[in-house]
Amino acid sequence: MESLTNRKKVVSDKPMTFMEKLYLPAIFKGMFITLKHMFKKNNTIKYPEEQRVFAPVYRGMHVLKRDEHGRENCTACGLCAVACPAEAITMVAGERQKGEEGLYREEKYAEIYEINMLRCIFCGLCEEACPKEAVFLTDRIVPTEFERNEFIYGKDVLVEPLNDRIDVTKRQHTGTRSEI
Amino acid sequence: MDTGLLIEKLILAILLFVVSLGIAAYSTYFERKLAAWIQDRVGPDRAGPFGILQPIADGVKMFMKEDFTPTNADRWLFILGPGIAMFTALMTSAVIPWGTDITLFGRTIALQVADLNIGILFIFGIISIGVYGIMIGGWASNNKYSRFGAIRASSQMISYELAMGISAITIIMLSGGLGLNDIVKAQHGMNWNIFYQPVCFLVFFICALAETNRAPFDLPECESELIGGYHTEYSSMKLGLFLFAEYVAMFVSSALISILFFGGYNFPGMDSFSGNTLALLSVAAFFTKTFLMIFLFMWIRWTIPRFRFDQLMHLGWKVLIPISIINMLVTGIVIAFNEGWIKF
Repeated sequence: MESLTNRKKVVSDKPMTFMEKLYLPAIFKGMFITLKHMFKKNNTIKYPEEQRVFAPVYRGMHVLKRDEHGRENCTACGLCAVACPAEAITMVAGERQKGEEGLYREEKYAEIYEINMLRCIFCGLCEEACPKEAVFLTDRIVPTEFERNEFIYGKDVLVEPLNDRIDVTKRQHTGTRSEI
Repeated sequence: MDTGLLIEKLILAILLFVVSLGIAAYSTYFERKLAAWIQDRVGPDRAGPFGILQPIADGVKMFMKEDFTPTNADRWLFILGPGIAMFTALMTSAVIPWGTDITLFGRTIALQVADLNIGILFIFGIISIGVYGIMIGGWASNNKYSRFGAIRASSQMISYELAMGISAITIIMLSGGLGLNDIVKAQHGMNWNIFYQPVCFLVFFICALAETNRAPFDLPECESELIGGYHTEYSSMKLGLFLFAEYVAMFVSSALISILFFGGYNFPGMDSFSGNTLALLSVAAFFTKTFLMIFLFMWIRWTIPRFRFDQLMHLGWKVLIPISIINMLVTGIVIAFNEGWIKF
Protein backbone atom coordinates (compact mmCIF):
# COMPACT_ATOMS: atom_id res chain seq x y z
CA MET A 1 0.00 0.00 0.00
CA GLU A 2 1.21 3.46 -0.75
CA SER A 3 1.97 5.37 2.42
CA LEU A 4 0.25 8.69 3.04
CA THR A 5 3.24 10.45 4.55
CA ASN A 6 6.98 10.13 4.24
CA ARG A 7 7.33 9.67 8.01
CA LYS A 8 6.99 5.89 7.85
CA LYS A 9 9.75 4.05 9.69
CA VAL A 10 10.58 0.39 9.33
CA VAL A 11 10.79 -1.14 12.80
CA SER A 12 13.43 -3.78 13.32
CA ASP A 13 14.36 -5.85 16.33
CA LYS A 14 17.97 -6.49 15.42
CA PRO A 15 20.19 -7.26 18.42
CA MET A 16 21.83 -4.21 19.95
CA THR A 17 25.45 -3.53 19.19
CA PHE A 18 28.00 -3.34 21.99
CA MET A 19 27.96 0.46 22.03
CA GLU A 20 24.17 0.46 22.29
CA LYS A 21 24.27 -2.08 25.08
CA LEU A 22 26.54 0.19 27.08
CA TYR A 23 23.66 2.72 27.23
CA LEU A 24 26.09 5.40 28.37
CA PRO A 25 26.45 7.19 24.99
CA ALA A 26 22.65 7.42 24.75
CA ILE A 27 22.46 8.67 28.34
CA PHE A 28 25.06 11.38 27.69
CA LYS A 29 23.19 12.38 24.55
CA GLY A 30 19.98 12.67 26.55
CA MET A 31 21.67 14.68 29.27
CA PHE A 32 23.09 17.03 26.67
CA ILE A 33 19.57 17.57 25.32
CA THR A 34 18.19 18.40 28.76
CA LEU A 35 21.16 20.71 29.37
CA LYS A 36 20.32 22.59 26.18
CA HIS A 37 16.73 22.97 27.35
CA MET A 38 17.90 24.47 30.64
CA PHE A 39 19.04 27.57 28.79
CA LYS A 40 16.07 27.83 26.46
CA LYS A 41 13.56 30.64 26.74
CA ASN A 42 10.25 29.47 28.15
CA ASN A 43 6.91 30.54 26.77
CA THR A 44 5.12 30.90 30.08
CA ILE A 45 2.68 33.80 30.39
CA LYS A 46 2.66 34.74 34.10
CA TYR A 47 -1.09 35.28 34.24
CA PRO A 48 -2.07 37.95 36.73
CA GLU A 49 0.86 40.17 35.72
CA GLU A 50 0.75 39.60 31.99
CA GLN A 51 -2.21 38.52 29.92
CA ARG A 52 -2.47 36.64 26.71
CA VAL A 53 -3.63 38.73 23.75
CA PHE A 54 -7.09 37.48 22.90
CA ALA A 55 -8.42 36.92 19.41
CA PRO A 56 -11.15 39.42 18.39
CA VAL A 57 -13.71 36.61 18.46
CA TYR A 58 -12.80 35.47 22.00
CA ARG A 59 -15.86 34.51 24.03
CA GLY A 60 -15.45 35.32 27.73
CA MET A 61 -17.70 36.74 30.45
CA HIS A 62 -21.07 38.12 29.36
CA VAL A 63 -22.22 41.69 29.51
CA LEU A 64 -25.76 43.12 29.39
CA LYS A 65 -25.46 46.22 27.24
CA ARG A 66 -27.06 49.60 27.70
CA ASP A 67 -27.88 51.85 24.74
CA GLU A 68 -26.33 55.25 24.06
CA HIS A 69 -28.68 56.90 26.62
CA GLY A 70 -27.74 54.44 29.31
CA ARG A 71 -30.95 52.41 29.13
CA GLU A 72 -30.85 48.64 29.40
CA ASN A 73 -31.33 46.96 26.04
CA CYS A 74 -32.72 43.70 27.40
CA THR A 75 -36.47 43.20 27.07
CA ALA A 76 -36.58 39.76 28.76
CA CYS A 77 -37.85 38.04 25.62
CA GLY A 78 -36.16 34.84 26.74
CA LEU A 79 -34.66 33.93 23.37
CA CYS A 80 -31.20 33.67 24.86
CA ALA A 81 -32.46 31.25 27.50
CA VAL A 82 -34.14 29.17 24.79
CA ALA A 83 -31.04 29.20 22.65
CA CYS A 84 -28.74 28.27 25.51
CA PRO A 85 -27.68 24.62 25.08
CA ALA A 86 -26.42 24.43 28.65
CA GLU A 87 -29.58 25.97 30.14
CA ALA A 88 -27.50 28.42 32.06
CA ILE A 89 -29.72 31.49 31.67
CA THR A 90 -32.85 32.29 33.65
CA MET A 91 -34.80 35.51 33.84
CA VAL A 92 -37.91 37.08 35.27
CA ALA A 93 -39.61 39.79 33.20
CA GLY A 94 -40.97 42.98 34.67
CA GLU A 95 -43.10 45.88 33.36
CA ARG A 96 -41.60 49.32 33.11
CA GLN A 97 -43.38 51.78 35.39
CA LYS A 98 -43.88 55.49 34.77
CA GLY A 99 -40.70 57.41 35.44
CA GLU A 100 -38.45 54.49 34.62
CA GLU A 101 -38.04 55.46 30.96
CA GLY A 102 -34.45 56.45 31.59
CA LEU A 103 -33.61 53.00 32.94
CA TYR A 104 -35.11 50.60 30.42
CA ARG A 105 -35.40 51.10 26.70
CA GLU A 106 -38.69 49.26 26.18
CA GLU A 107 -41.82 48.65 28.24
CA LYS A 108 -40.72 45.21 29.29
CA TYR A 109 -37.43 44.55 31.02
CA ALA A 110 -35.63 41.80 32.97
CA GLU A 111 -36.18 42.11 36.72
CA ILE A 112 -33.89 39.20 37.34
CA TYR A 113 -31.35 37.99 34.82
CA GLU A 114 -29.02 35.23 35.95
CA ILE A 115 -26.32 33.27 34.18
CA ASN A 116 -24.81 30.25 35.89
CA MET A 117 -21.17 30.50 34.95
CA LEU A 118 -20.54 26.90 35.96
CA ARG A 119 -23.09 25.69 33.40
CA CYS A 120 -22.18 28.16 30.68
CA ILE A 121 -20.06 26.69 27.90
CA PHE A 122 -19.31 30.09 26.31
CA CYS A 123 -20.71 29.03 22.93
CA GLY A 124 -22.09 32.49 22.18
CA LEU A 125 -25.53 31.28 21.06
CA CYS A 126 -27.26 33.68 23.48
CA GLU A 127 -25.57 36.57 21.78
CA GLU A 128 -26.53 35.20 18.38
CA ALA A 129 -30.15 34.74 19.47
CA CYS A 130 -30.53 38.20 21.00
CA PRO A 131 -32.72 40.45 18.79
CA LYS A 132 -32.02 43.58 20.86
CA GLU A 133 -28.19 43.51 20.91
CA ALA A 134 -28.42 43.23 24.67
CA VAL A 135 -26.21 40.30 25.61
CA PHE A 136 -22.64 39.98 24.42
CA LEU A 137 -19.66 37.85 25.30
CA THR A 138 -16.59 39.93 26.07
CA ASP A 139 -12.87 39.31 26.35
CA ARG A 140 -13.05 39.46 30.15
CA ILE A 141 -12.15 36.30 32.09
CA VAL A 142 -14.63 34.85 34.60
CA PRO A 143 -12.82 35.07 37.94
CA THR A 144 -12.54 32.05 40.24
CA GLU A 145 -14.65 31.84 43.39
CA PHE A 146 -14.61 29.70 46.51
CA GLU A 147 -18.37 29.01 46.67
CA ARG A 148 -20.49 27.43 43.96
CA ASN A 149 -23.37 29.89 44.32
CA GLU A 150 -21.05 32.81 43.74
CA PHE A 151 -20.81 31.64 40.15
CA ILE A 152 -24.46 32.53 39.50
CA TYR A 153 -24.09 36.01 38.11
CA GLY A 154 -27.02 38.38 38.52
CA LYS A 155 -27.69 41.75 36.97
CA ASP A 156 -25.35 43.43 39.47
CA VAL A 157 -22.41 41.80 37.75
CA LEU A 158 -23.72 41.42 34.22
CA VAL A 159 -25.17 44.85 33.37
CA GLU A 160 -22.45 47.20 32.22
CA PRO A 161 -21.80 50.13 34.54
CA LEU A 162 -22.84 53.54 33.22
CA ASN A 163 -19.48 55.15 33.83
CA ASP A 164 -17.45 52.17 32.60
CA ARG A 165 -18.91 51.08 29.28
CA ILE A 166 -17.64 47.84 27.79
CA ASP A 167 -16.52 47.79 24.20
CA VAL A 168 -18.16 45.00 22.20
CA THR A 169 -17.65 46.39 18.69
CA LYS A 170 -15.36 43.49 17.84
CA ARG A 171 -18.16 41.06 18.62
CA GLN A 172 -20.87 43.07 16.90
CA HIS A 173 -19.32 42.37 13.54
CA THR A 174 -19.05 38.63 13.89
CA GLY A 175 -22.58 38.01 12.60
CA THR A 176 -21.88 39.69 9.27
CA ARG A 177 -18.30 38.77 8.76
CA SER A 178 -18.22 39.82 5.10
CA GLU A 179 -18.43 43.48 6.15
CA ILE A 180 -15.13 43.42 8.03
CA MET B 1 36.42 14.63 79.78
CA ASP B 2 37.35 17.95 78.26
CA THR B 3 34.31 20.24 78.50
CA GLY B 4 35.59 22.44 75.66
CA LEU B 5 35.65 19.45 73.35
CA LEU B 6 32.14 18.53 74.37
CA ILE B 7 30.79 22.02 73.67
CA GLU B 8 32.70 22.23 70.41
CA LYS B 9 31.35 18.91 69.17
CA LEU B 10 27.83 19.80 70.31
CA ILE B 11 27.91 23.08 68.40
CA LEU B 12 29.31 21.32 65.36
CA ALA B 13 26.64 18.63 65.52
CA ILE B 14 23.81 21.15 65.84
CA LEU B 15 25.29 23.22 63.02
CA LEU B 16 25.54 20.13 60.88
CA PHE B 17 21.93 19.21 61.67
CA VAL B 18 20.70 22.66 60.68
CA VAL B 19 22.86 22.79 57.56
CA SER B 20 21.76 19.33 56.40
CA LEU B 21 18.10 20.21 56.87
CA GLY B 22 18.53 23.60 55.24
CA ILE B 23 20.32 22.15 52.24
CA ALA B 24 17.72 19.39 51.97
CA ALA B 25 14.92 21.98 52.08
CA TYR B 26 16.53 24.08 49.41
CA SER B 27 17.28 20.99 47.31
CA THR B 28 13.52 20.50 47.00
CA TYR B 29 13.22 24.05 45.72
CA PHE B 30 16.18 23.69 43.42
CA GLU B 31 14.96 20.35 42.13
CA ARG B 32 11.63 21.88 41.17
CA LYS B 33 13.35 24.83 39.52
CA LEU B 34 15.71 22.56 37.62
CA ALA B 35 12.86 20.34 36.48
CA ALA B 36 11.07 23.44 35.28
CA TRP B 37 14.07 24.71 33.35
CA ILE B 38 14.62 21.35 31.71
CA GLN B 39 10.97 21.23 30.71
CA ASP B 40 10.95 24.85 29.46
CA ARG B 41 8.82 26.05 32.38
CA VAL B 42 9.30 28.70 35.06
CA GLY B 43 8.92 26.65 38.23
CA PRO B 44 7.92 27.93 41.68
CA ASP B 45 8.20 31.73 41.62
CA ARG B 46 5.30 32.98 43.74
CA ALA B 47 6.47 32.63 47.36
CA GLY B 48 8.95 35.45 47.83
CA PRO B 49 11.39 36.73 45.21
CA PHE B 50 12.07 33.94 42.69
CA GLY B 51 10.01 31.67 44.95
CA ILE B 52 12.80 31.23 47.50
CA LEU B 53 10.29 30.92 50.36
CA GLN B 54 8.70 27.92 48.66
CA PRO B 55 10.33 25.29 50.95
CA ILE B 56 8.96 27.11 54.01
CA ALA B 57 5.51 27.28 52.44
CA ASP B 58 5.73 23.56 51.65
CA GLY B 59 6.79 22.79 55.22
CA VAL B 60 3.88 24.79 56.65
CA LYS B 61 1.52 23.04 54.25
CA MET B 62 2.83 19.64 55.34
CA PHE B 63 2.26 20.47 59.02
CA MET B 64 -1.24 21.79 58.38
CA LYS B 65 -2.42 18.63 56.61
CA GLU B 66 -4.50 16.01 58.37
CA ASP B 67 -2.29 13.36 59.92
CA PHE B 68 -4.07 10.23 58.78
CA THR B 69 -3.41 6.68 59.99
CA PRO B 70 -5.17 3.83 58.16
CA THR B 71 -7.44 1.65 60.36
CA ASN B 72 -5.57 -1.58 59.75
CA ALA B 73 -2.11 -0.08 59.96
CA ASP B 74 0.25 -0.99 62.76
CA ARG B 75 0.24 2.33 64.61
CA TRP B 76 3.69 2.26 66.18
CA LEU B 77 5.54 0.88 63.19
CA PHE B 78 3.66 3.35 61.03
CA ILE B 79 5.16 6.18 63.09
CA LEU B 80 8.55 4.49 63.37
CA GLY B 81 9.05 4.19 59.58
CA PRO B 82 9.55 7.86 58.67
CA GLY B 83 11.43 8.36 61.94
CA ILE B 84 14.04 5.75 61.02
CA ALA B 85 14.31 7.10 57.48
CA MET B 86 15.04 10.62 58.72
CA PHE B 87 17.26 9.50 61.61
CA THR B 88 19.58 7.39 59.48
CA ALA B 89 19.74 10.02 56.75
CA LEU B 90 20.96 12.57 59.32
CA MET B 91 23.29 10.13 61.15
CA THR B 92 25.62 9.57 58.21
CA SER B 93 26.79 13.18 58.09
CA ALA B 94 28.50 12.74 61.49
CA VAL B 95 31.67 11.16 60.15
CA ILE B 96 32.11 13.39 57.11
CA PRO B 97 35.14 15.72 57.26
CA TRP B 98 33.88 19.11 56.10
CA GLY B 99 37.23 20.91 55.93
CA THR B 100 40.71 21.25 57.36
CA ASP B 101 41.20 22.16 61.03
CA ILE B 102 40.01 25.60 62.04
CA THR B 103 41.47 27.66 64.94
CA LEU B 104 38.98 29.57 67.06
CA PHE B 105 39.60 31.09 70.54
CA GLY B 106 42.96 29.36 70.71
CA ARG B 107 41.50 25.91 70.10
CA THR B 108 42.13 23.78 67.05
CA ILE B 109 38.80 22.42 65.98
CA ALA B 110 38.46 19.55 63.52
CA LEU B 111 35.51 20.14 61.20
CA GLN B 112 34.27 16.60 61.67
CA VAL B 113 31.89 15.50 64.41
CA ALA B 114 33.42 12.06 64.88
CA ASP B 115 36.68 10.94 63.30
CA LEU B 116 35.89 7.22 63.35
CA ASN B 117 38.71 5.06 62.10
CA ILE B 118 36.09 2.93 60.35
CA GLY B 119 34.19 5.93 58.91
CA ILE B 120 33.25 4.33 55.62
CA LEU B 121 31.99 1.15 57.26
CA PHE B 122 29.90 3.28 59.61
CA ILE B 123 28.33 5.05 56.64
CA PHE B 124 27.56 1.77 54.89
CA GLY B 125 26.07 0.37 58.07
CA ILE B 126 23.82 3.36 58.62
CA ILE B 127 22.74 3.53 54.98
CA SER B 128 21.70 -0.12 55.19
CA ILE B 129 19.57 0.66 58.24
CA GLY B 130 17.99 3.45 56.21
CA VAL B 131 16.06 0.94 54.14
CA TYR B 132 14.37 -0.29 57.31
CA GLY B 133 12.54 3.02 57.45
CA ILE B 134 11.05 2.36 54.04
CA MET B 135 10.46 -1.33 54.73
CA ILE B 136 8.76 -0.79 58.09
CA GLY B 137 6.75 2.13 56.73
CA GLY B 138 5.59 0.17 53.71
CA TRP B 139 4.83 -2.94 55.75
CA ALA B 140 2.97 -1.14 58.53
CA SER B 141 0.72 0.69 56.05
CA ASN B 142 -1.03 -2.62 55.33
CA ASN B 143 -1.54 -1.71 51.71
CA LYS B 144 -0.61 -3.68 48.61
CA TYR B 145 1.18 -0.84 46.90
CA SER B 146 3.09 0.13 49.99
CA ARG B 147 4.16 -3.44 50.52
CA PHE B 148 5.33 -3.75 46.93
CA GLY B 149 7.31 -0.55 47.34
CA ALA B 150 8.87 -1.88 50.53
CA ILE B 151 9.79 -5.21 48.92
CA ARG B 152 11.30 -3.46 45.94
CA ALA B 153 13.24 -1.09 48.17
CA SER B 154 14.77 -3.92 50.17
CA SER B 155 15.71 -6.06 47.17
CA GLN B 156 17.14 -3.04 45.39
CA MET B 157 19.15 -2.14 48.47
CA ILE B 158 20.62 -5.64 48.78
CA SER B 159 21.54 -5.77 45.10
CA TYR B 160 23.23 -2.41 44.90
CA GLU B 161 24.90 -2.45 48.31
CA LEU B 162 27.19 -5.22 47.01
CA ALA B 163 28.52 -3.38 43.99
CA MET B 164 28.77 -0.21 46.03
CA GLY B 165 30.75 -1.94 48.78
CA ILE B 166 33.13 -3.58 46.33
CA SER B 167 33.83 -0.29 44.57
CA ALA B 168 34.39 1.35 47.95
CA ILE B 169 36.93 -1.40 48.76
CA THR B 170 38.88 -0.33 45.67
CA ILE B 171 39.10 3.20 47.06
CA ILE B 172 40.07 1.88 50.49
CA MET B 173 42.89 -0.11 48.88
CA LEU B 174 44.15 3.02 47.15
CA SER B 175 44.10 5.22 50.24
CA GLY B 176 45.07 2.57 52.74
CA GLY B 177 42.60 3.50 55.47
CA LEU B 178 38.94 3.07 56.40
CA GLY B 179 38.56 6.49 58.02
CA LEU B 180 37.12 9.18 55.75
CA ASN B 181 39.85 11.53 56.95
CA ASP B 182 42.53 9.11 55.72
CA ILE B 183 40.80 8.84 52.36
CA VAL B 184 40.63 12.62 52.00
CA LYS B 185 44.23 13.16 53.10
CA ALA B 186 45.44 10.61 50.55
CA GLN B 187 43.97 12.83 47.79
CA HIS B 188 45.93 15.95 48.67
CA GLY B 189 45.77 18.80 46.17
CA MET B 190 44.61 17.57 42.80
CA ASN B 191 45.50 13.93 43.45
CA TRP B 192 41.86 12.85 43.23
CA ASN B 193 40.73 9.26 43.01
CA ILE B 194 38.52 9.92 39.99
CA PHE B 195 41.65 10.16 37.82
CA TYR B 196 42.77 6.70 38.93
CA GLN B 197 39.38 5.01 39.22
CA PRO B 198 36.88 6.32 36.64
CA VAL B 199 35.15 2.94 36.29
CA CYS B 200 34.88 2.61 40.03
CA PHE B 201 33.35 6.09 40.18
CA LEU B 202 30.76 5.17 37.57
CA VAL B 203 29.74 2.01 39.44
CA PHE B 204 29.67 3.81 42.77
CA PHE B 205 27.65 6.69 41.37
CA ILE B 206 25.04 4.39 39.80
CA CYS B 207 24.77 2.51 43.08
CA ALA B 208 24.44 5.77 44.99
CA LEU B 209 21.51 6.71 42.76
CA ALA B 210 19.91 3.37 43.57
CA GLU B 211 20.65 3.61 47.30
CA THR B 212 19.03 7.03 47.62
CA ASN B 213 16.01 5.84 45.59
CA ARG B 214 16.52 8.52 43.00
CA ALA B 215 15.38 8.26 39.40
CA PRO B 216 16.07 6.23 37.30
CA PHE B 217 16.05 3.81 40.25
CA ASP B 218 13.08 5.21 42.18
CA LEU B 219 11.16 1.94 41.89
CA PRO B 220 10.09 1.87 45.56
CA GLU B 221 7.90 4.91 44.98
CA CYS B 222 7.27 4.47 41.27
CA GLU B 223 4.12 6.60 40.85
CA SER B 224 2.95 5.09 37.59
CA GLU B 225 2.76 1.53 38.95
CA LEU B 226 2.56 1.79 42.73
CA ILE B 227 0.66 5.07 43.31
CA GLY B 228 3.27 6.34 45.76
CA GLY B 229 5.00 3.09 46.67
CA TYR B 230 5.97 2.87 50.32
CA HIS B 231 4.49 6.26 51.21
CA THR B 232 1.08 5.70 49.60
CA GLU B 233 -0.72 5.74 52.96
CA TYR B 234 1.33 8.52 54.50
CA SER B 235 0.19 12.08 54.88
CA SER B 236 1.12 15.25 56.71
CA MET B 237 4.60 15.57 58.17
CA LYS B 238 5.17 11.80 58.15
CA LEU B 239 5.11 11.98 54.38
CA GLY B 240 7.17 15.13 54.67
CA LEU B 241 9.82 13.26 56.67
CA PHE B 242 10.00 10.49 54.06
CA LEU B 243 10.40 12.97 51.22
CA PHE B 244 12.82 15.05 53.25
CA ALA B 245 14.91 12.02 54.20
CA GLU B 246 15.43 11.36 50.50
CA TYR B 247 16.91 14.81 50.03
CA VAL B 248 19.07 14.57 53.15
CA ALA B 249 20.30 11.19 51.91
CA MET B 250 21.03 12.72 48.53
CA PHE B 251 23.05 15.49 50.18
CA VAL B 252 25.02 13.02 52.29
CA SER B 253 25.73 10.67 49.41
CA SER B 254 26.83 13.61 47.27
CA ALA B 255 29.20 14.54 50.08
CA LEU B 256 30.41 10.95 50.27
CA ILE B 257 31.05 10.80 46.52
CA SER B 258 32.97 14.07 46.72
CA ILE B 259 35.10 12.57 49.50
CA LEU B 260 35.75 9.24 47.83
CA PHE B 261 36.39 10.45 44.30
CA PHE B 262 36.79 14.23 44.15
CA GLY B 263 39.21 14.75 46.99
CA GLY B 264 36.74 15.98 49.63
CA TYR B 265 37.92 19.37 50.86
CA ASN B 266 41.13 19.26 48.79
CA PHE B 267 41.46 21.76 46.00
CA PRO B 268 44.31 22.52 43.58
CA GLY B 269 46.79 25.04 44.94
CA MET B 270 45.80 24.49 48.57
CA ASP B 271 49.43 24.50 49.74
CA SER B 272 49.72 28.26 49.27
CA PHE B 273 47.14 28.86 52.03
CA SER B 274 47.27 28.03 55.71
CA GLY B 275 45.33 28.38 58.95
CA ASN B 276 41.76 29.62 58.94
CA THR B 277 41.87 30.85 55.33
CA LEU B 278 42.68 27.32 54.24
CA ALA B 279 39.93 25.96 56.45
CA LEU B 280 37.28 28.28 54.99
CA LEU B 281 38.45 27.71 51.42
CA SER B 282 38.44 23.96 51.95
CA VAL B 283 34.88 24.05 53.30
CA ALA B 284 33.88 26.15 50.27
CA ALA B 285 35.59 23.67 47.93
CA PHE B 286 33.89 20.76 49.60
CA PHE B 287 30.44 22.33 49.38
CA THR B 288 30.99 23.31 45.75
CA LYS B 289 31.77 19.71 44.89
CA THR B 290 28.81 18.47 46.90
CA PHE B 291 26.42 20.90 45.21
CA LEU B 292 27.71 19.92 41.79
CA MET B 293 27.03 16.29 42.69
CA ILE B 294 23.51 17.17 43.84
CA PHE B 295 23.02 19.00 40.55
CA LEU B 296 24.17 15.88 38.70
CA PHE B 297 21.72 13.75 40.70
CA MET B 298 18.86 16.05 39.73
CA TRP B 299 19.96 16.44 36.15
CA ILE B 300 19.92 12.66 35.75
CA ARG B 301 16.53 12.40 37.39
CA TRP B 302 14.95 14.74 34.87
CA THR B 303 16.66 13.10 31.89
CA ILE B 304 16.44 9.34 32.20
CA PRO B 305 13.20 7.34 32.39
CA ARG B 306 12.67 4.82 35.19
CA PHE B 307 14.03 1.29 34.91
CA ARG B 308 11.82 -1.76 34.77
CA PHE B 309 12.33 -3.97 37.79
CA ASP B 310 13.97 -6.89 35.93
CA GLN B 311 16.27 -4.42 34.17
CA LEU B 312 17.23 -3.03 37.55
CA MET B 313 18.10 -6.47 38.88
CA HIS B 314 19.95 -7.33 35.67
CA LEU B 315 22.01 -4.15 35.90
CA GLY B 316 22.79 -4.70 39.56
CA TRP B 317 23.75 -8.36 39.57
CA LYS B 318 24.99 -9.09 36.07
CA VAL B 319 26.67 -5.84 35.14
CA LEU B 320 27.75 -3.71 38.08
CA ILE B 321 28.96 -6.49 40.40
CA PRO B 322 31.19 -8.18 37.78
CA ILE B 323 32.58 -4.81 36.69
CA SER B 324 33.36 -3.78 40.24
CA ILE B 325 34.96 -7.15 41.08
CA ILE B 326 37.19 -7.03 37.99
CA ASN B 327 38.06 -3.43 38.76
CA MET B 328 38.97 -4.37 42.33
CA LEU B 329 41.14 -7.28 41.18
CA VAL B 330 43.00 -5.18 38.60
CA THR B 331 43.57 -2.42 41.13
CA GLY B 332 44.84 -4.96 43.64
CA ILE B 333 47.30 -6.44 41.13
CA VAL B 334 48.58 -2.98 40.13
CA ILE B 335 49.06 -2.02 43.76
CA ALA B 336 50.87 -5.29 44.43
CA PHE B 337 53.24 -4.60 41.52
CA ASN B 338 53.91 -1.05 42.65
CA GLU B 339 54.64 -2.12 46.20
CA GLY B 340 56.90 -4.90 44.93
CA TRP B 341 54.91 -7.74 46.51
CA ILE B 342 54.82 -9.63 43.21
CA LYS B 343 58.00 -10.08 41.21
CA PHE B 344 58.63 -11.90 37.98
